[in-house]
Amino acid sequence: MKKHLLTVALAAALATSGFANAAQTIKIGVILGFTGPIESLTPDMAASAELAFKEASDSGMLLNGSTITPIRADSTCVDASAATAAAERLITADKVAAIMGADCSGVTTAIANSVAIPNGVVMVSPSATTPALSSIEDKGFFFRTAPSDARQGQVLADAVFESGTKIIAVTYTNNDYGKGLSDAFIGAFKALGGKIAIVAAHEDGKGDYSAEVAALAAAGADKLAVLGYLDQGGKGIIQASLDTGAFDSFALGDGMIGQSLIDAFGKDMVDTIATSPGGSSDAMTNFISLAKANKIGGEGPYDGTSYDAGALIVLAIQAGGTADRASIQANMNKVANAPGTKIYPGELKKALEILTAGGEVDYVGATNIEFSDVGEVYGTYRQLEIKDNKFSLVKVR
Amino acid sequence: MPEFIDILNALVLMTNYVILPALTYGSQLALGALGVTLVFGILRFSNFAHGDTMAFGAMVTILITWWFQSLGLSFGPLPTALLALPFGIAVTAVFLLFTDRFVYKHYRGIGAKPITFVMVSVGVMFIMNGLVRFVIGPADQRFADGARFIFKAREFKEYTGLAEGLALRSSQVITIVLAIILVAALFWFLQKTKTGKAMRAFSDNENLALLSGIDPDKIVRITWILAAILATVAGVLYGLDKSFKPFVYFQLLLPIFAAAIVGGLGKPIGAIAGGFIIAFSEVAITYVYKKFLIYLLPENLEPESLMQLLATEYKFAVSFVILVLVLLVRPTGIFKGNVV
Repeated sequence: MKKHLLTVALAAALATSGFANAAQTIKIGVILGFTGPIESLTPDMAASAELAFKEASDSGMLLNGSTITPIRADSTCVDASAATAAAERLITADKVAAIMGADCSGVTTAIANSVAIPNGVVMVSPSATTPALSSIEDKGFFFRTAPSDARQGQVLADAVFESGTKIIAVTYTNNDYGKGLSDAFIGAFKALGGKIAIVAAHEDGKGDYSAEVAALAAAGADKLAVLGYLDQGGKGIIQASLDTGAFDSFALGDGMIGQSLIDAFGKDMVDTIATSPGGSSDAMTNFISLAKANKIGGEGPYDGTSYDAGALIVLAIQAGGTADRASIQANMNKVANAPGTKIYPGELKKALEILTAGGEVDYVGATNIEFSDVGEVYGTYRQLEIKDNKFSLVKVR
Repeated sequence: MPEFIDILNALVLMTNYVILPALTYGSQLALGALGVTLVFGILRFSNFAHGDTMAFGAMVTILITWWFQSLGLSFGPLPTALLALPFGIAVTAVFLLFTDRFVYKHYRGIGAKPITFVMVSVGVMFIMNGLVRFVIGPADQRFADGARFIFKAREFKEYTGLAEGLALRSSQVITIVLAIILVAALFWFLQKTKTGKAMRAFSDNENLALLSGIDPDKIVRITWILAAILATVAGVLYGLDKSFKPFVYFQLLLPIFAAAIVGGLGKPIGAIAGGFIIAFSEVAITYVYKKFLIYLLPENLEPESLMQLLATEYKFAVSFVILVLVLLVRPTGIFKGNVV
């Protein structure tokens, strides 16, 4: 608070002394599920985005020494009405220039449609992956640094088909994520000429999955695609499959990747293919050490995308020369895409200098950012296999 | 006529995917429903905390199992958890008696209505919920050791030469055997012992029982101890067969209550029947019969489609449809229990 007052006082002093472009305090909303199902991931995600803000503020290069004040709000991940109310407060009461968030696909769609887009505020989500968000009427205000699951479905289908599997059974967790990923996977697998033996949804947190596995096993496929969650129904399905001898070969979506799965069943799962977002780039390694130096985990699945979301907003402000909402929107694609000097994590000061001098930047960041024409990253995925009791990289797709 | 080997294959297929899993799940539900029905019959309220009592009992047993494992104790091919089970039951029984002394006793004293008791049990449920998460955390815990399989599907195929495999897990056998022993012991206790008879008398007519000199406090205590035994055994068996996760135990409450009500609340035999009805209907109605029919039907009648009555998404609807039908047609449940 003291610091804030100081900044305001400083800004006031500067303003009265008659500078044309006085330093100011720019507010940016950070709306993530600080309570709810992903509450263990969000603190590091928010800290990663705020690390980008701090980097820009500390550089003294942002709009003549302006600073950024992040304002956190709770998206709850699951409660759309609570999330939209929180976003409404950020936009109307706190008057934020842009929003980094939200996180889960459902609340992100709700906030984008009913608050951010109508008010003309840019939203950059680091983790909403449902394919449905590619086609909302966003008037160019919605961006995401996490790739759509449509892409993941395609990658997983390619990997499975190339491995020689032509017929597969599919089970998905019964929510937006599972349904979206499964539709994408099935569409891509069929397009390649593969056959889907059966599709069965499963509910998370239930007591018994023998019915699902019995149905999946009877349809005549040797491989099972599990598009669910590691510590939820997806695990129950794999356990019941191994127990009854129904399947021992699997294709796994990103929600199933984790050491705990291997610790439990690693030696029984053979010939298993998995995909998870991210490349093998040095940029990610650099980001992780940058995060660790600032006492942030950095290795969470969406920490890198969160930092990138924060950094993109900062650069768009600088490129337009103002923290005006419409100007941020107009400059997002310019700073994210070629041409320009490539910018990696920890190089925001350099980027701000280039932009001040009238140059162009191509922000690459931790997760290889390049926006498509609907404002989302194309996404690179790692194809993994189980080897020596851990997930190991086969190749980057 | 299908060949003999085809009939064998079809039978093995059904046993592996429908009969064995449903028998195991049914036994776990039956033990849970027995606890619910016993508390309902004698203390006259629906105990919503029963699912979390199962979690509590399993948690204590797991902690003791880990301690035993660290000491190097083991039970040979059987899971160490079975050694820890008696201790888990003892701690859970003390905990339930403690809860009764400090919570339920007060409401019995003021003659509260059954619905008040139900709400109180919801409160107890939340406390237990929090306690279990506080002690062991909300995550999955694995504590099974010993031999997981008696024989695996692949071994069965190689041994018999059949096309279909059959896997038999030690946890399935333990579950079914322990459930039979426990149910037999419970019925013997209720039918043959003096205390058991007193409990049934108390359940049938409380005032008459009191007039004939039955000590109500003793009946209440015995009921909680029995509930603790049933809940802990059910919780541990479930955890051994699948895995331990507090949230899942809370979710088990629904099928357990469905089983108890379908069988007839307050009727032990009904709870057992209800458990198996719910488990078998969930698995059998959503099963894909294509492979099964291919084995049995002549070639020209073989089905093209999956031959599935209902998609697995609807498996929870199945138990509730049964519940609604029973309540409509025979509100007392199959074995003429009490009307809720």
